[in-house]
Amino acid sequence: MSISFTLNGKLAQFEASPSLRLSELLREKAGLRGTKVGCDAGDCGACTVLLDGEQVCACLTPAARVQGRSVQTVEAQTDALTRLRSAFHRHGAAQCGICTPGMLMAAAALLAETPTPTPDQAKAALGGVLCRCTGYTKIIAAVCDTNPPPAPPMPAAGMAVGAATPRIDGAAKVAGDIFGADLWQSGGLVVKAIRSPHPSARFTFGDVPAWARAKAALVFTATDIPGINRFGAIPAFVDQPALAEGIVRLRGEAIALAAFEDDGTPIPDLTDFPVIWEVLPPLLSPAEAMAPGAPLLHAGRPDNTLIKGTVRRGDTAAALAASAHVAEASIETAFVEHAYIEPEAGAAWMEGDVLVIRACTQAPIMDRDETAAVLGLPHDRLRIVPSAVGGGFGSKLDVSLQPLIGLVTLKTGRPCRMTYTRAESMASTTKRHPAQMTGRIGCDASGHITGLEFSGLFDTGAYASWGPTVANRVPVHASGPYFTPNYSATAQAVHTNNPIAGAFRGFGVPQAAIWQETIYDKLADQVGMDRLEFRLLNALRNGQTTATGQEMQAAGIVECLTALRPHWQRALATARATPGRGVGVASCWYGCGNTGLPNPSTIRLGITPEGALMLHQGAIDIGQGSNTVITQIAADALGLPLAQFQLVGPDTFLTPDCGKTSASRQTYVTGRAAHAAGTALRADILRRLNMGEAATLSLSGSTLTATEGTQSTRLALPPLATNAHGYALMAEETYDPPTTGLDENGQGNPYAVYGFGAQMVELDVDPALGTLKLHKITAAHDLGRTINPLLATGQIEGGVAQGIGLAMMEEYLQGRTENLHDYLIPTTGDMPEIESLLIEVPDAHGPYGAKGLGEHVLIPTAPAILNAIRHATGAEITRLPALPHRVLAAIARAKK
Amino acid sequence: MTAFLRPPTLDDALTLLGTGSFRLLAGGTDLYPATQGATLSGDVMDLTTLPVLRGITNTPEGLRIGACTTWADIARAALPPALHALQQAALEVGGRQIQNAGTIGGNLCNASPAADGVPPLLAVDALVELRRAGSTRQLPLSAFLQGPRKTARLPSEILTAILIPKGSLAGQSQFLKLGARAYLVISIAMVAVRLTATQGRITSAALAVGACSATAQRIATVEAALIGSPLGAAAQTITAKDVAAALSPMDDLRATAAYRHTAATELLRRAVTQTCQALA
Repeated sequence: MSISFTLNGKLAQFEASPSLRLSELLREKAGLRGTKVGCDAGDCGACTVLLDGEQVCACLTPAARVQGRSVQTVEAQTDALTRLRSAFHRHGAAQCGICTPGMLMAAAALLAETPTPTPDQAKAALGGVLCRCTGYTKIIAAVCDTNPPPAPPMPAAGMAVGAATPRIDGAAKVAGDIFGADLWQSGGLVVKAIRSPHPSARFTFGDVPAWARAKAALVFTATDIPGINRFGAIPAFVDQPALAEGIVRLRGEAIALAAFEDDGTPIPDLTDFPVIWEVLPPLLSPAEAMAPGAPLLHAGRPDNTLIKGTVRRGDTAAALAASAHVAEASIETAFVEHAYIEPEAGAAWMEGDVLVIRACTQAPIMDRDETAAVLGLPHDRLRIVPSAVGGGFGSKLDVSLQPLIGLVTLKTGRPCRMTYTRAESMASTTKRHPAQMTGRIGCDASGHITGLEFSGLFDTGAYASWGPTVANRVPVHASGPYFTPNYSATAQAVHTNNPIAGAFRGFGVPQAAIWQETIYDKLADQVGMDRLEFRLLNALRNGQTTATGQEMQAAGIVECLTALRPHWQRALATARATPGRGVGVASCWYGCGNTGLPNPSTIRLGITPEGALMLHQGAIDIGQGSNTVITQIAADALGLPLAQFQLVGPDTFLTPDCGKTSASRQTYVTGRAAHAAGTALRADILRRLNMGEAATLSLSGSTLTATEGTQSTRLALPPLATNAHGYALMAEETYDPPTTGLDENGQGNPYAVYGFGAQMVELDVDPALGTLKLHKITAAHDLGRTINPLLATGQIEGGVAQGIGLAMMEEYLQGRTENLHDYLIPTTGDMPEIESLLIEVPDAHGPYGAKGLGEHVLIPTAPAILNAIRHATGAEITRLPALPHRVLAAIARAKK
Repeated sequence: MTAFLRPPTLDDALTLLGTGSFRLLAGGTDLYPATQGATLSGDVMDLTTLPVLRGITNTPEGLRIGACTTWADIARAALPPALHALQQAALEVGGRQIQNAGTIGGNLCNASPAADGVPPLLAVDALVELRRAGSTRQLPLSAFLQGPRKTARLPSEILTAILIPKGSLAGQSQFLKLGARAYLVISIAMVAVRLTATQGRITSAALAVGACSATAQRIATVEAALIGSPLGAAAQTITAKDVAAALSPMDDLRATAAYRHTAATELLRRAVTQTCQALA
């Protein structure tokens, strides 16, 4: 039917099926792709638009219903939206930006009724839009602050580091950024995957050619793959087929691709794809997978064990036997879904004989290497151009659709695009490892830790992914940031037919911290010490060695715990007078970068003859802010103002390798490379001008000027010869952290830099219902040097939100929670007040002393919540999440 | 080609309904999530074109709520305290987007055991009005809801209105929903309570519990026990045994059955206490 309506103030008319989702009409027919689709089920609110001024989910609105009415999207230019965009930008309320259009529209509806809302009004109005990055704090603050003074200017030369400057890519984020699903070449193909409904099965195909003819589809299967049909994050464990070869090992595994003309014709029903399944009994737990006689998921991995990691130091058995106090715990955690609001999406096309893949990712070079191997392409024929990334948190380190769309375009020569549904995103991509952890920790009569014994079984699912990293990181970190002279920790990753467990913010360390930090509370009680003071007593200090034998150089945990002390004493005093109130504390430490393996970053900085200052920034910004932070570091190292920098990339043809956005490494590792590049370029300029190190630089037009005191010299850029990159001046520098591999006992210096933190939770437990009400989380994190306080506090608030989800509500069950209404993540109403305390204990390795932060911030939250529950009620939660029925059962156990 | 009908009048809709098999579309907040497609499948009749189905009106018999009245309409309306529970429920359905689109009639026809609208309506003895070409019938809501995703509506019928008898519009009411997060959450358990009182004693009680049985249930034994109870001591007359006898909860991913029994009792006590405070 023909549908005419007012769209952003102008009359619009489209031919569309009357029941077409409005989100589809806006994106596909009107070309307004600021409206994002996160779930197609009304669960996430990303597609929120205004219909006659009221917020609705465009995905639930039939096109026919807007006939004759008024629709407003994020592309509208209204006074309210302009003020909201400005406020979101200024407050750092947009991190990855995928939820931002929905948030802005929901907020616009609120402001129309309530021009100066309270935080509670804002929370209620935005309660239908999910955000996975920010923890909502800055969003709510922005909505309540839309009549501000003008924004301060960007920092001057030499003043960028430490400035709370808004993200330099923030304008795009608040306009509706261009994500994986938002850009493609027309006239191509739409790709859909045929996926297994079974966690374990063999299969053969029926009459695929007949089906393809009937559906006007091009079908691709494993036999079409020109290269090696295997990918994986870690070269020694590459085991995952891009398209399954006769056997599937998890529900949601792709077995074939069907490509259709991208001409607006509805995609036909795919459920009758001709495949004959021979369903096999799945192995759904590590116990089943390790049982004698259990079938092996992968040949050469006996007992279905992918890997075991071990760290041993001293004589733990003897130390525990001699300890005045020993406490133990067995804790079980669930599969946790990353639940970024952007499902995997991307597009591919040919440029000459180069295959271009534009998709969401955290690791473009790894995408290139893995996809090139699958497609049998040399690296110079595959260009990875990352899109804006709508949240990653570890899962987008793995390739998802890159080999799939690459295959279709390579085989057909035609452009194509693919967008995962929420269900296939949740079923087929990685999760946080469920852990079964057990062990003991001992201390002497004065409270000093004597020894720790830990054993963790991690369900790593069907394929290796980042399982080896988890198995290595957990034993290194299970002591927490505490001096533990005798130590024995093992982590075993076991294959099952469950979802693939891979990288998720912290690589298993959050699970281990839950185990260790809850035992610490029991030990403190046994000793009769205050729980915070017990931690301070044992906190790692410089000169002490870690469980891997590494000598601490810039430990900041004492400072973090000390910063919490006044808050802790206030909270305990309040709790004594408040029935049901609990206060909990927990710490974290986390090594930044790969574990004892090289992970270099390279930064290129160039100035064109015309005077354009170009930063080739290959570190993927998934919302955490590397575009801004790396530039701030480069700016001060070079000595030119932040505002003059233009960013290039990431793009595997344009930017040198900055490694992957994981392991809290970008600020530290890429930051060091940026610092080195800025320093080198500055030295080159000063040398050419024969000026000293103290000179100040300025760049005006095509002239560089160095000034020191009354002396000033100028360098005209146009006469300089340009290099192969087109630059008159250029520096390219690489940094790789100085680490050593771990020996057979896990001894060595696996990381050059560690970050530290401690968080305190104040909550109420409803003793009759087992429900929790969070009041406040105070988070002290040692950043070494805070490059950008606005972004740092944004990381803390977002990490805390994910920690709350891990502790209280998140549990992925395959086939049962493959959507965002059965799989729960925190909403605006679930967030307490968060107070961030930024601690700076500089690290000699970090740029300006900076340490990583991104993963640290999630680690203490869940154990601090569990410790607060125990403080309030005596209840020990041994299985996460702490859903109300589990809390109530734990309270009942504690009363016995 | 599938049909998508937007009938101009209710009579047209009823006539058309006799000519084929249609999926009835109201807010769309249940039909769209049930498909992965860009459009709805099958022949669809959109009922939101019919103004007669939207709005709340006083009638000689009581109150009439059009089936396509949205949750936001209900939350905004000036309604007697007996429907305070329904208004509270309206503000706990999904988020604002869902409240602006979702309708009370759709909520009932979708027949989820966890439908937020049902306990408050059971507590006011609601009836549903079902029309087909040439005839109209009324059914108690409790008879209309036959099980999960199962109602007494015939394919030729449209649920046109929810009717609340005048006698049930008396008293104070309260709704409590328990879920694992603040917004956008499917209930673990929920209760609605409506009480009337004179001279400090309860004269009538209506208690309903949702998400703890195949359909939400009134708790008749507890209601009977509350009659005559002083307002200050009403909650303690509610026993776990009486509540449990009326419910048949399941273990699911949100909670255990045993927990639901405990929670239902506790929520009823709290809702009764709060309602008594409003009456006092």
